Amino acid sequence: MIVIRNARILGGEPRDILIANGLISEIGAGLGGDTVIEADGLIALPGLVDLHTHLREPGREDAETVETGTRAAAIGGFTAVHAMANTSPVADTAGVVEQVWRRGQEAGHCDVHPVGAVTSGLEGKHLAELGAMADSQARVRVFSDDGKCVSDAVLMRRALEYVKAFDGVVAQHAQEPRLTEGAQLNEGEVSGRLGLTGWPAVAEEAIIARDCLLAAHVGSRLHVCHVSTAGSVEIIRWAKSKGWNVTAEVTPHHLLLTDSCAEASPVGPYNPIYKVNPPLRTHDDVTALREALADGTIDCVATDHAPHPVEDKETEWAAAAMGMIGLETALSVVQEAMVETGLLDWAGVADRMSTRPARIGRLSGQGLPLEVGSPANITLYDPAVRTPVDPTAMVSRSRNTPYEGLTLPGRVVATFLRGRPTVLDGKLV
Amino acid sequence: MKHLISAGDLSRDEALLILDTAEELARVSGRSIKKLPTLRGRTVVNLFFEDSTRTRISFEAAAKRLSADVINFSAKGSSVSKGESLKDTALTLEAMGADAVVIRHGASGAPHRLANWVRGSVLNAGDGTHEHPTQALLDAFSMRQRLGRLEGLKVAIVGDILHSRVARSNVLLLSTLGAEVTLVAPPTLLPVSVERWPCQVSYDLDAVLPKADVVMMLRVQLERMNAAYFPSAREYSRRYGLDRDRFAKLHDDAIVMHPGPMNRGMEISAEVADSPRSTIVEQVGNGVTVRMAALYLLIGGENQ
Repeated sequence: MIVIRNARILGGEPRDILIANGLISEIGAGLGGDTVIEADGLIALPGLVDLHTHLREPGREDAETVETGTRAAAIGGFTAVHAMANTSPVADTAGVVEQVWRRGQEAGHCDVHPVGAVTSGLEGKHLAELGAMADSQARVRVFSDDGKCVSDAVLMRRALEYVKAFDGVVAQHAQEPRLTEGAQLNEGEVSGRLGLTGWPAVAEEAIIARDCLLAAHVGSRLHVCHVSTAGSVEIIRWAKSKGWNVTAEVTPHHLLLTDSCAEASPVGPYNPIYKVNPPLRTHDDVTALREALADGTIDCVATDHAPHPVEDKETEWAAAAMGMIGLETALSVVQEAMVETGLLDWAGVADRMSTRPARIGRLSGQGLPLEVGSPANITLYDPAVRTPVDPTAMVSRSRNTPYEGLTLPGRVVATFLRGRPTVLDGKLV
Repeated sequence: MKHLISAGDLSRDEALLILDTAEELARVSGRSIKKLPTLRGRTVVNLFFEDSTRTRISFEAAAKRLSADVINFSAKGSSVSKGESLKDTALTLEAMGADAVVIRHGASGAPHRLANWVRGSVLNAGDGTHEHPTQALLDAFSMRQRLGRLEGLKVAIVGDILHSRVARSNVLLLSTLGAEVTLVAPPTLLPVSVERWPCQVSYDLDAVLPKADVVMMLRVQLERMNAAYFPSAREYSRRYGLDRDRFAKLHDDAIVMHPGPMNRGMEISAEVADSPRSTIVEQVGNGVTVRMAALYLLIGGENQ
């Protein structure tokens, strides 16, 4: 039996949490246990759930593996991640998703829920065997061609309809391909000055609008990945106001950084550490995204943790890979962007980073409230410290964090997965 | 000045210093023996990832007239074409002890990246669709030579602004030096936030010409037509080409410039290009002088 002493559940008054048999067995004062974890000043959150993680295995084990990526997740306070399908081979069959699921079980740092590809090979031509992946041991419920957009309207319609049979959801990477050929950076003042091919907001918004209408037409669930523009927020707000079954996520980096990073930053201009898909947008977009996350228009934060080896980022901008790592810094960035600004309290953070993503992914044992009888998936977080981000201290196999040079608040002190500590004193167990 | 990467990095005083230094050096070019010992023992590397014989020769001549050792490193047929990264190429040059690296690269920002990896000075000889600062300097030099001033000059830059590094550098430099720039192009060939640039914008060449002191025509590449930036070469030429009739609308002292290479008959007609009011040939000569001045000011100091 483990007792966590004086933890502030969702930022409330200090309480003791007793863990037995993987469950929260008692909450109160002066509780005793075999192992005592002092949590003075620490906030207890339900274990975080990420809807959008690239673990890179199979195929790019030089960038990340299920083992190293889930270590990073645990260090970041996550107890469940959804592993995106754009691996090599693509996770488009029951065999591949079961392999990823098993590797997650073996690693044991957090639950790994594979995302299935919508189309075979992410080619956007034929539906992958969605039902087989849903029925597999991996029990896939989230389907996405992330990295690529399901741009064919008919194929998207069919996917949305088909997954209804097993309560699945299509998570769309909204990017109109013709409008983004060769695109490098948000199309605007900065891209114009830097001479980088523009990536217009409308390329995202047009697909989101279309998909919301399709989801309404066929009565399906739609999830929108990494919303990045103020216009996308407006469309999703409108779709929700109609009562349509649309959910959305925003990444930590889109809540904090703007396209101006490409021009002026602590690591120099044109540094592709800031190259990401969708691109960093403008200050106005960041403001709209924060407000939308606060008012629930955007349901959750998802990291889009995208590891890349050094050589894929130490290049000229156009040649660099897109993406940034985010698991280990997600909660700190959310504190900086949402809590310090007064937009969310800790209950709100728990809702957007645990409860809602678990619900969207249809995970039964995750995202549950910290109360007696719930599985003991718990993140203990110290919001009072501020530390400079050190890429070399990351446990991810890759180092491509965009926060180098910044000082961020907070630190995950401990993570518990069904009562078993995966992280203690900020270190892997 | 450590590097010359963006015309926007130059203060008014620095820009004028380059132009004035170029003017002094121009006198040397008039002598029968053109060589100066200023950069003896210094190494200048021309690192060209894109074919550009004109710019490379210009930098080579500039460095050699200052007695520098010149190494030409062309990406074709080298380790670069075998997949060597820009960083590894930079480290190689660093090991050779390059005092200055002149880089031409197809990717915007490549000179900024290079500057992280070499100790010597980096001179941007054109990066993607970003900038070409020595071109802007030689253009400003040519304008001042012909018209005697830059302050208050009305300069029209006409053509594919969206993809033009020459236009970006010229807008930045000329606004620093007090000239008034108007960009003229079809809306498809202008960046979306161009109204925030320090210049005017027009879609109508005929309205701009009568007021212009300088008309700078940019090369328009035919592949832009295939990407639907404009319907046909003929229509482009009719709306935005500088032909005899439009040339006649210019006032008598106005000059015509082109950074080359020209598409005669497309953005500029042959008779306009060859007219005495065209500076196109002297721009080439001025290119060498201005680049000499830049090299001299960057690596000619005592404390190298």
